[in-house]
Amino acid sequence: MEYILIIISAILVNNVVFAQFLGICPFLGVSNKVSTSMGMGAAVVFVITIAAVVAYLLQYYVLVPLGIQYMQTIVFILVIAALVQMVEIVLKKVSPALYQALGIFLPLITTNCAVLGVAILLVQKQYSLLQSVTFAFSTAIGFALALVIFAGLRERLDLDDVPRAFRGTPIALITAGILAMAFMGFSGLV
Amino acid sequence: MNNLKIVLSGIVKNNPTFVLLLGMCPTLGTTTSAVNGAGMGAATMAVLILSNIVISLVKNIIPSKVRIPSYIVIIAAFVTIVELCMRAYLPDLYKTLGVFIPLIVVNCIILGRAEGFAAKNGVWASALDGIGIGLGFTLALTVIGAVREALGSGAIFGHRFISGDGMLIFVLAPGAFLVLGYLMVLFNRLTAKMRS
Repeated sequence: MEYILIIISAILVNNVVFAQFLGICPFLGVSNKVSTSMGMGAAVVFVITIAAVVAYLLQYYVLVPLGIQYMQTIVFILVIAALVQMVEIVLKKVSPALYQALGIFLPLITTNCAVLGVAILLVQKQYSLLQSVTFAFSTAIGFALALVIFAGLRERLDLDDVPRAFRGTPIALITAGILAMAFMGFSGLV
Repeated sequence: MNNLKIVLSGIVKNNPTFVLLLGMCPTLGTTTSAVNGAGMGAATMAVLILSNIVISLVKNIIPSKVRIPSYIVIIAAFVTIVELCMRAYLPDLYKTLGVFIPLIVVNCIILGRAEGFAAKNGVWASALDGIGIGLGFTLALTVIGAVREALGSGAIFGHRFISGDGMLIFVLAPGAFLVLGYLMVLFNRLTAKMRS
């Protein structure tokens, strides 16, 4: 039950993008096409889940025993950067097409604040290892969900005649605002 | 003259929020009020100036292959310093800004300026660039915070000017997207007019 609560809360109620404002840069940057956004979503799910496990182990088996919790930010960001590099190398070998499509945004997962944000949040919330993995995985699913829905909207938006001052990011932000309102409807759920 | 130009370009021509579209997460996440926006802007500015100075000092020592990880370590060190200072001296603000303070590390503005400016320019120019971009960011965040606070709770910097409830939606999550979107439209209109 507790795990179901974590899952629903992380995907719908406290959606990373619409309620916590993490990972906005890739959300706005890679949401032009549904196919690309799905690839990005998958990459983020993968990276966030692994990063959460690594962050948990680092926090409770290295930082806390040594009493250097204040080094958290530095250690986490370095480990995440190395991890992303690894994912990039693997993806380049396994699926060059996807690698091409994701282009600049794959190395940028390093600076996707959702990854570091989830790592810090799971320490703050004092989750156990299994809870951390559940939380990270469902947060990432929430991110992918938001990204794909938004990409679908933006594909339609491209065909519309938008006033010049609204073109590009402004109309995307306003659309995201309306989408965030829709997600607020879930707030009574948990 | 040249010095002034570097600072001004950070505020208007290269405004990190409205023009470069960098650092969107803290822009949306912390601007529930003008004070929070200003606080987040100031913390980011402190890290930006310090990391710009240090990176421009050590740029010739660092091999170019490992420069990005090195920059991240430098930035993370300053973020930790700012974080500890805020926790000690501004505990209330620290609590409100929450996870966004450690997340200054991944604010693309800072790495972007390190790579795009501090790695190519001298110490003095880099410090000025940090001040300019930092001011531009702080200004943008304060304006967004002020608009959201005014519409959402009928107050600016905590001073109420209308009695009764505001439109709560603007303080909540959707308001962040809407206000930033419409402010960007305004900014586009104004700069387009200035150009013609």
